[in-house]
Amino acid sequence: MKYEVVIGLETHAELDTESKLFCGCSTKFGSEPNTQTCPVCLGLPGVLPVMNKKAFGYSLKAAVTLHCEINQFTNFDRKSYYYPDLPKNYQTSQNYFNIGNNGYVDMVVDGKEKRINIHNVHLEEEAGKLVHPEASDANYSLVDFNRAGVPLLEIVTQPDMRSIEEVESYMQTLRNILLYIGVSDCKMQEGSLRFEASISLREHGSTVLGNRVEIKNLNSMKAVLKVLAYEMSRQSSLLDDGKEILLETRLWDDVDAVSRRMRTKEDAHDYRYFPEPDLVPFWINQEWIDETETTIPELPVSKRQRFVKEYSLSDYDAGILTDDKSLADYFEECVGLSQDSPKELSNWIINDVLRELNERKVYVQDFTVTPETLVGLIKIKPTIGNSIAKEVFVEMANTGKDAPTIVKEKDLTQMDDTSELNEIVIKIVEENPKAVEDYGLGKKNALAFLIGQTMKITKGKANPKILTELFKQRLSSISK
Amino acid sequence: MISHELSASSIKEKIINREISAQEVVEDLFEWIALKEPSVKAYLTLDKEGALLKAKQIDEKLSNGGKVGLLAGIPVAIKDNICTSGMKTTCASKILEDFTPPYDAFVVKRIKEEDAVIIGKTNLDEFAMGSSNENSAFHVTRNPWNTDCIPGGSGGGSAAAVTANMAFMALGSDTGGSVRQPSSFCGNVGCKPTYGRISRYGLVAFASSLDQIGSVTKDVSDAALLLQVVSGHDAYDSTSANLGVPDYIAGINSTNDNLRIGVPKEFFGEGLNPEIKNAVTNALEIYKKNGAEIVDLSLPHCGYAVATYYIIATAEASSNLARYDGVRYGHRSQLSEDNIIDMYSRVRAEGFGSEVKRRILLGNYVLSAGFYEAYYMKASKVRNLIKDDFEDAFKKVDCIISPTCPSPAFKIGEKVTDPLEMYLSDIYTIPANLVGIPGISIPCGFTTTGLPIGMQIMGKHFEEEKILKIAKLFENETDFHLKRPELK
Repeated sequence: MKYEVVIGLETHAELDTESKLFCGCSTKFGSEPNTQTCPVCLGLPGVLPVMNKKAFGYSLKAAVTLHCEINQFTNFDRKSYYYPDLPKNYQTSQNYFNIGNNGYVDMVVDGKEKRINIHNVHLEEEAGKLVHPEASDANYSLVDFNRAGVPLLEIVTQPDMRSIEEVESYMQTLRNILLYIGVSDCKMQEGSLRFEASISLREHGSTVLGNRVEIKNLNSMKAVLKVLAYEMSRQSSLLDDGKEILLETRLWDDVDAVSRRMRTKEDAHDYRYFPEPDLVPFWINQEWIDETETTIPELPVSKRQRFVKEYSLSDYDAGILTDDKSLADYFEECVGLSQDSPKELSNWIINDVLRELNERKVYVQDFTVTPETLVGLIKIKPTIGNSIAKEVFVEMANTGKDAPTIVKEKDLTQMDDTSELNEIVIKIVEENPKAVEDYGLGKKNALAFLIGQTMKITKGKANPKILTELFKQRLSSISK
Repeated sequence: MISHELSASSIKEKIINREISAQEVVEDLFEWIALKEPSVKAYLTLDKEGALLKAKQIDEKLSNGGKVGLLAGIPVAIKDNICTSGMKTTCASKILEDFTPPYDAFVVKRIKEEDAVIIGKTNLDEFAMGSSNENSAFHVTRNPWNTDCIPGGSGGGSAAAVTANMAFMALGSDTGGSVRQPSSFCGNVGCKPTYGRISRYGLVAFASSLDQIGSVTKDVSDAALLLQVVSGHDAYDSTSANLGVPDYIAGINSTNDNLRIGVPKEFFGEGLNPEIKNAVTNALEIYKKNGAEIVDLSLPHCGYAVATYYIIATAEASSNLARYDGVRYGHRSQLSEDNIIDMYSRVRAEGFGSEVKRRILLGNYVLSAGFYEAYYMKASKVRNLIKDDFEDAFKKVDCIISPTCPSPAFKIGEKVTDPLEMYLSDIYTIPANLVGIPGISIPCGFTTTGLPIGMQIMGKHFEEEKILKIAKLFENETDFHLKRPELK
């Protein structure tokens, strides 16, 4: 493309707390409308907010994880705008003293490292949800305040992203980090993770930023990528035609796959921020910051690098294993229990465990095959052979029984008694003169056919190595 | 003596000693209210039935030998901007005309626990914005000393009710003087404690950093009694102080040794009515006679207090009152609405009175982009300078004494056309709100026209006990607090 794209992202993540930010109401998703409300989150006259300490701690944890400078003096501000889903018609948020400023996220795009700078991390309250009736002639809308007051973390980047690939990588990296540190469940289908993007174009080599367009309410990573691609082409054709890009806010229409103007700069809100007088300022002492640091686990990027180094995995495999912290933990537990190579364990997890998890739609923590039983299976694999081991694995997933039990119950132990196998080989050779003849003529698949016949009789238990050897001996003795 | 003329502490004694039943007290009170309320109009809601029910419970508890609370059987009035579960709380505004809260304010919960009998809700300037009670959307309360005069504001209803013996005590709220100024105009004891001493949970917010619940009572002992009950930490108010509450009731009768009283010259300058100046000067003589040392002081930044107040208070008010939009509760326009903005505009245009609208406009203006630094930020800085003035002063003195108001109660309609003149009525009370310190107004004389004069005693943060004690000392030497108007 003729232009360089400059993108910044705001991420809203609902914090995974039991109760709301300023009252004791539940944050459970999907309940009957307005059943999780009280005078405080409904904004009745006379109510006051009380800070949810866990939510505050989570935001601090996120800010520390994202390498922010922590504002030891932190305050909340009121952001004023009128909307029916906002009970007080102001949102208690942070503007003047955000919990964290000037952080960064390191990520890997196309094998290259890239740093995205974080402008700020702050904590605020969620709004409710408008429900519009289906009938087109309806003259009302309904409001559900169950979500109003749920703690919301906002993470704002600098305009540091230069391609859609970088945006995708940033969103995935950030989501992974939030999941790793356990502050948000990041369920996009429940609205727990949402984005707003700002995008501008400029000539390559220019140091001046172009006019920026903001896009609000993007509820999935897919929508972010789609709208950015759309805006890149919309803006570049405007610039090609010598037209100016308007400073404006647009909304993404997923149905028609276009962005539409929501408001121009002239109509922009004046939020009239001022310090929230109903909350006292918070003083975060160094001890609290230090303590928070000790609770931060190894993050996906460094875990991935360590897996490559320590376990000699490919970067790709390490990436899959570390994409989900629980899966990485599962893998490392297996490694700790097993004498086998980490590569072998990784193959089992990536091929078999993930397949079963996807089919069953369960989380690895809830999987019937535990690291102990998986390692148990791999341990007895030499005695049952690879293909039986795969069958046993599925059976383990189905029943939760361990491998030795299943092998015993189904009598699946491999036959490697040479004399026993030899008798069968002699029998098979006698019964299949055509195949023997073909073999003599040099047809390679004749051997495979004979082995297959044997496997049928032995229900796959015959040791294929020994079997091959015996057939070769027998057939060559015949041809002589 | 008729029971409604007694102080709250005395009637409680009589009820506990079974000299009179709580029900008899309520019956007598409501008879008196029926007679006098038409000329005073202190109440917006009266609840005789609820009051009798509660009184009956207390009488039964007493006859069963049960333990009763600190406010056993005392009929209490509540300013109508304090939420009462199941009883309308209108803030004297059309926008909340039919609003009944589903919960009790912290203070209401507390007085109920201590067996107070809630008799009704008193009138105020709409959303506590005003100094005369003339901004009530429903009616103007009259000053019982002269029914042509205003009772003060915003808590004129509470003050008039107590003065007219139509309540034994009342709860009010004080953002810039709304407890002290009407108490001064009506000849009551009005106390605004330290910001954070009493939970604001359930007090309908006007200006959150200034609002404080206070007491309106017939004398200092009653103030100590009511404050004892409602003070203390509340987990539902982040700004409420997590500090123990001293024994005010016992504390007020202890002696004052080496009392040093600060007298700031800025509170005795131009604009002060000479009769009031005289009354306060005489009061200081009484303290002197009792061994107090009078220390002349200067609080140089107090001249900016009113301007500072009207920036901070209106800014916070514009935000606090944003929630009245008709979406969840409150007034909803009968006119058709084209869209949501239209709906908001109609609800608020119809629901709010002109003074409330004026303050919302002012508040939005001072918080607007480009003006925030020049107004709100600057006002916050001046507020700190005023705090520093008081902090310095309290290094030298135990308390600061001043007139509560520059003039006595004025005539109804006298100042309605001049908001600035009206705002100056709170010139001596506003500093205590900006600084967050406790202040109490006690009666210290009468004008030649027979209107009460109030004297203000301000103390250090959380030293309510001390100013109550100093007030009690004056009360012991005088009888101004015993005078009641003769209501026709």
